[in-house]
Amino acid sequence: MSTKDLTAVRRGVGIRPKTSARSAINITKKVVTGFLYAIGIIFLLLVFLVPVYWMVLTAVESANQVVQNPPLFWVSAPQWDNFVKAFESIDFWHYTKNSLIVTFSVMILQFITVIPAAYAFARYRFKGKKILFSITLLTMMLPAQLTFLPVYLMFARLKLINNIMTLILPFGASGFGIFMLRQSFMQIPEEILEAARLDKASEFTIIRRIMLPMALPTIAMLALFTFITTWNDYYWPLVMTTTDEVQTLPVGITGLQNIEVGITQHYVMAGNILMILPVVIVFLIAQKQIIKAFTYTGEK
Amino acid sequence: MNKTARLKPLQPGMRKAKPYLFILPSMLFFAVFAIYPLIYIIVLSFFDRSIIGDMTFVGFENFIKLFNNPEFGPIMKNTVVYMVIVVLLTTVFSMLVALLLQRPTRLNKIVQQIAFSPYVISTVSVVFVWMWMMDADYGLFNYIIGWFGLGEVNWLTDPNVTIFSIAIVSVWKSLGYNAIIIIAALNAIPKHYYEAAKLDNSSSVKTYFRITLPMISPTVFFLVLINIIGALKNFETIKLMTAGKFDTTTLVYFVYQNAREYFDFGYASSAGVILMVFIAIITLLYFKVLAKKVYYR
Repeated sequence: MSTKDLTAVRRGVGIRPKTSARSAINITKKVVTGFLYAIGIIFLLLVFLVPVYWMVLTAVESANQVVQNPPLFWVSAPQWDNFVKAFESIDFWHYTKNSLIVTFSVMILQFITVIPAAYAFARYRFKGKKILFSITLLTMMLPAQLTFLPVYLMFARLKLINNIMTLILPFGASGFGIFMLRQSFMQIPEEILEAARLDKASEFTIIRRIMLPMALPTIAMLALFTFITTWNDYYWPLVMTTTDEVQTLPVGITGLQNIEVGITQHYVMAGNILMILPVVIVFLIAQKQIIKAFTYTGEK
Repeated sequence: MNKTARLKPLQPGMRKAKPYLFILPSMLFFAVFAIYPLIYIIVLSFFDRSIIGDMTFVGFENFIKLFNNPEFGPIMKNTVVYMVIVVLLTTVFSMLVALLLQRPTRLNKIVQQIAFSPYVISTVSVVFVWMWMMDADYGLFNYIIGWFGLGEVNWLTDPNVTIFSIAIVSVWKSLGYNAIIIIAALNAIPKHYYEAAKLDNSSSVKTYFRITLPMISPTVFFLVLINIIGALKNFETIKLMTAGKFDTTTLVYFVYQNAREYFDFGYASSAGVILMVFIAIITLLYFKVLAKKVYYR
């Protein structure tokens, strides 16, 4: 008997008499789940969008509106000047410049160190590979909240505190990057490489002409990951510096709290928006790749 | 094409050295900025190290001083309480959100992206917005709870509330991240399990607890470990929201304070070593789970 017949038998024997009652239950069930679903979605959207709205709203309020009680939910005359004031009252450009230098230097350095290392781990057999790869994974788990102690003392001994290198060099290699790119390199079929070797292509040519183009989506994901984490980092610039000479935006922006006596939240929020703008734009353009990059270890 | 490579094949010795050359730059960075600090922080914990750089071996004195510090108990309590709140709330809420947004519809995908977005926004920025909403006098929260006739809550200064306030911000920031990973696990469950359950007329609650939950449990366990480590390492929200005041000093904050504010590096290191032991245990578990998950694929 085929499965079709079996279903027919089941239908015919047991279920038909109950069908109407059953569909009534099903309909109520559907209505209830649909209702719960709608409530859930609305609740979630409120939880995640209200803070964003509150930030934007506060950023365009006047000094009097900020301290209004009950709080305003709408302003008719947005104070765009708040952005100018936030930009001018701390040396915003100075911090932005530092952020840009640090972020792009780290990205370039990682590009140089990660690609060959991932290639070696993906395509070569060598003594000590296992232990060296374990060390690579271990570095992903080491908290900067502990490693900063010896690193700070080391830089202090070298008289490098408040040198921008202290914010770049510690992130010169990336365990996560090697892990991710190696995975991608391993998926490239060996036959393609064999063919290239038969054509007497050098190792450099193989990396440049075959490996990199095929792993390009992963490299782009990695670049986004490094850009976002470095741009956002607050801890490392805070503990490595003692003056604002090389401090980056996340540290610099905290200064907006003290530019005036009393409530300065409208300036803080305006500065906030300026700081997160690059990340927001990048996220709007490439949210799929970004989500994939950040959830990579979790989903694998 | 490289001319020399074409003319003569590489020497066997050179061939062997190649992978080492490729990984050398990365390994140098790891050696200086990961392995050396890992070892040196343990060394430091046995020394009295002042700001000018004098090192005196003091044995276990830093640890003894730490355990005898009347602050040590409360600090450990804060660390654990914070961790439990964050891990519990994150796990429960992200599983609920995952159930809600599991079906791959357009709307669900958009809500997922919105919920994920705080994860990639600077903590500084997120904290400022929440601090403003939690403001005792002009904040949104006290206004809203006023509708229900509740009095003002000092979200950022009342020692009974502060740890909870800080935890809420961390949960909000990483909820979408956790939910998306759980959704991926949910969608990886083979459909025929559900078909079989349907044939057996299993109720949806029963199906969830008998099929769904066991199937996603490795992922949930993995997330719990990640969240424990994240909570143990958390510094930024505490620094910005309370600066360790009002019963919010955790182990990480204590390390920072002693190193960067009191310049007592040996003492800070001893607290750091305690933290490291905790993180090492969780990390070992993490790699065990990671290996298993990879194996099952």
